[in-house]
Amino acid sequence: MMHRLHSYAINKPVRGSLLGIEHMEANEILGLLKLARRMNPLKARPLLRNKRVVLLFYEASTRTRSSFEIAAKSLGAITTLVQSSGSSIEKGESLLDTGYTLRAVGADAIVIRHPAAGAPLLMAKHLDIPVINAGDGMHEHPSQALLDAFTILKHKKSFKGLHIAIIGDIFHSRVTRSNCHLLARFGAKITLCGPPEFVPEVSATLVPGLRITRHVEEALRGADVIMLLRLQKERLAGQKIRLQDYIARYQMTVGRLRLAKRDAIVMHPGPIIRGLELTAEVADGAQSVIIDEVHNGVPTRMAILARALGKAK
Amino acid sequence: MVNKSKPGALLIKGGHVIDPAAKINAPMDVLLRDGRVAEIALPNKTRGGADEKFDARGLIVAPGFIDLHVHLREPGQGYKETIATGTAAAAAGGFTSVCTMPNTAPVVDTEEWVTWLRHPERGAVVNVFPIAAATRSSRGATLTDFAALQRAGAVAVTDDGKPILDDEIMRAALRLGAELNLPVVQHAEDTRLTETCSMHEGPTSFRLGLRGMPAAAEASVVDRDVTLAQQIREARLHVAHLSTSDALKAVRRGKRAKARVTCEVTPHHFTLLDENVGEYDTNFKMNPPLRSAADREAIVVALADGTVDAIATDHAPHATHEKQVEFERASFGITGLETALALAITQLHGKGKIPLTRIVELFTAGPARVFDLHGRGSLARGNFADVTIFDPKKRWTFEAAKSRSLSHNTPFDGWQFTGKIVATIVGGKIVYRA
Repeated sequence: MMHRLHSYAINKPVRGSLLGIEHMEANEILGLLKLARRMNPLKARPLLRNKRVVLLFYEASTRTRSSFEIAAKSLGAITTLVQSSGSSIEKGESLLDTGYTLRAVGADAIVIRHPAAGAPLLMAKHLDIPVINAGDGMHEHPSQALLDAFTILKHKKSFKGLHIAIIGDIFHSRVTRSNCHLLARFGAKITLCGPPEFVPEVSATLVPGLRITRHVEEALRGADVIMLLRLQKERLAGQKIRLQDYIARYQMTVGRLRLAKRDAIVMHPGPIIRGLELTAEVADGAQSVIIDEVHNGVPTRMAILARALGKAK
Repeated sequence: MVNKSKPGALLIKGGHVIDPAAKINAPMDVLLRDGRVAEIALPNKTRGGADEKFDARGLIVAPGFIDLHVHLREPGQGYKETIATGTAAAAAGGFTSVCTMPNTAPVVDTEEWVTWLRHPERGAVVNVFPIAAATRSSRGATLTDFAALQRAGAVAVTDDGKPILDDEIMRAALRLGAELNLPVVQHAEDTRLTETCSMHEGPTSFRLGLRGMPAAAEASVVDRDVTLAQQIREARLHVAHLSTSDALKAVRRGKRAKARVTCEVTPHHFTLLDENVGEYDTNFKMNPPLRSAADREAIVVALADGTVDAIATDHAPHATHEKQVEFERASFGITGLETALALAITQLHGKGKIPLTRIVELFTAGPARVFDLHGRGSLARGNFADVTIFDPKKRWTFEAAKSRSLSHNTPFDGWQFTGKIVATIVGGKIVYRA
């Protein structure tokens, strides 16, 4: 029914941009994962020598920011951090004007985290340099999904047929949206689990074959991979969730973990809140790969940056 | 209020007149003189002379179109639109009368501003009927002086852009409106359910990670308002830009109970769906938002069966810098004056098989009744000489860059349409000619 002849004077994002998993081709994803496996921050060639990577962060971040920075520097790039506080963003500069400014000072790529969904795409459509989405609102967090995929493949042979349980605040989770797009693409069977406030029925429409359950036991039975999520209190926007109820019904404990396959791995994009979505015993237990995920963030983001700046050979 | 000099007589010859109010659907000639319809007669049977002739062979000649819902942005927001540019766009879209919304800066909540809007210095090329604010500054707390606003020329009251949520204020507004025979126009949105939301709640909002407005946020307010309108004798409720299937149910309930309830629907709501937002296209962001396929189907049925009284554009111009931003930050609203008829013919007549007579009614007799615009909405002898002439078969492509509006925030740029305005006549004077 759409019959537009020409659109609204907007360009396509530059090749090498990473905006979301949803519209990526399977071979692009596999290519990035393959490249990530060859990346070693301690023994990297300076592929990005003299390249300037701007880290533009409108939201707090520990893991994503530091690992993008270390990834860029490991490849020889110069990095600059721009945050909303202490920059002209505070004075009301628009997103696009900030982008034009950073381009003018010589940015070769921009890594952006933003509270508004779609912000990286908007910037990418108006700039002639690659834009990398480091998390946009509740939309996507593609580098996290890639590093999660990288981590899973260290422990499992392939995604096909894997049972993946994602438990917690799905609604607010950009990580979950990206992970579902990626894992479903390669044949994993995904179950979303949580109360209706966090896992509304509409969640099942995200990708084909998604299953929803309100019972953590049902989600865990036979699971190969368990992905836990933090309750995003900063995005709750007035919703009241009784934490004690959540803990009672959904917290990952050593006992509940036994329902999953014996070789199941426990993942979490962080930050983790011990005593809430998981116990310290689970976080630090033998099946936890949470720290491994953080570790894998660096080679994954090295691959993303190398591809973005055309040095992916 | 529009014409400075009196036009001479104009004969519209050879056209096919569709005038649903007068039950005319036949080849007729129309003679306009002294700003009025002087004669309407079978071909070549008019008796009076004419200074000018308009050859309308192959064209539809209809009463001047009336748009119940436009934002012309003056006073105060002339960078988005002015009365001059907005009414030029209206003329190009075949509208001879537009009803302007009061959510300007300042809000049109006094008789002075109503008078100001109607002043010839504003440069309007079509008739402008102001709708005044229902509450002071549209804050929803204290009613404005309906009687004074009506005397100054306001045809209705509303807090459009914001709903009147408080039960007591809405009841009081409907009561006062009933005394004065003045419609109260409601922007039906329970804002307690839509805070920080930027589109319709559904699979698309979930996929994009945007907070969604539930359909119930509209339906619950319409439901309450219809109940109030039923309780208050002679109250007149008009539901603006109705967009959901459930809200239609409430309107039908009111109409069956013989309450004076009317409603309008926009071209974008009968054409587009929430999924057309695509990848955060802010030209698809408006309030109420684009809804589900089921909602759109229900709206098309209601347009056909008479539940909907009028097609209204909710023409809402915004500057580029207000749209070329993050989706959640972008202003709500799209322009619509120049694409309304084309969308109605392409979508409703072409695809929906709704007869052309019904479509004309939704642009003429229907809206004229909603706000009691006497002498308009029909070409009966003695009525105002407002005429819209269009070619229902003409194929054309809309180009936003060529719009008469000061703003170009339309989702229909580059769309191919069937049905085009050929001429717009206001008070006997041709104000637009393709």
